[in-house]
Amino acid sequence: MDNHDNNEYSLKEVQAGNRSEFAKLIDVHSDQIFRLAIKILGNEQDAEDVLQNTFLKAFQKIGSFEGRSNVSTWLYRIATNEALMTIRKRRPEINISEFTNEENEEIESPIQFIDWCCLPENELLSEETREVMDEAINQLSEALKIVFILRDIEGVSIQETGQILNLSETAVKTRLLRARLKLREKLTTYFGERLTDRSE
Amino acid sequence: MKHENCQSMLLLLSDFIDGELNSEFCEAIEDHLAECPDCSIVVDTLKRTISLYKESSIKPVRVPEDVRERLYKCLDLEEFIDQ
Repeated sequence: MDNHDNNEYSLKEVQAGNRSEFAKLIDVHSDQIFRLAIKILGNEQDAEDVLQNTFLKAFQKIGSFEGRSNVSTWLYRIATNEALMTIRKRRPEINISEFTNEENEEIESPIQFIDWCCLPENELLSEETREVMDEAINQLSEALKIVFILRDIEGVSIQETGQILNLSETAVKTRLLRARLKLREKLTTYFGERLTDRSE
Repeated sequence: MKHENCQSMLLLLSDFIDGELNSEFCEAIEDHLAECPDCSIVVDTLKRTISLYKESSIKPVRVPEDVRERLYKCLDLEEFIDQ
């Protein structure tokens, strides 16, 4: 998707300082930025702060936007950095090394081999399952969580995820695999217990 | 996940699931899955894990009207809020 000059707003006009066009840009992209911020931060209050700071920075910097990525990728990048700053304020013990060293860790082999795909849909998509899924994703390190959210929930490509996070495609793929495997283990623990309960 | 083939497959797992692996590697993985029940379970449950997260996020998130109003206000764009 490329919004450099789409039907909804003109990037040239936005870059020329047309405030009405910038308002249109906000309405095109604000839902996706708000959703991303909620996914990363887990609450609407912090997500609103990220939303405001993202468009404030975009407003200030849109004149120098060179179009090397599309506008939505550029906004995702600003929003992701804002969300990470919020996390660091909230938990100052998290430092930059956690975010940069993740790809150096080995990929952990799966340890549970229980086939829970046979469980009925209403159990797989229950409210309780949703809570377990939220808990599992929140237990991931921020580095893995953000890659998983961008790629598997928001549907951003590997290449664009790399652009947003300033990572190589190899590093994105490694983090994505590690995130997916960790989430699979957590869900396998939960669904494995459900299968045991059903057989008793 | 004890055999060399299982470890090799692990590194290619995401590309395999995402359909980004060339046909030669895909065939090799499919051959391995046919004879390795553990890896077969990992592939199936990994695919389902990803699809569950996707399905649970289908519900669209929209910026609430009061949040939109505050956003326009902080950007000094209130005159365009009804455009």
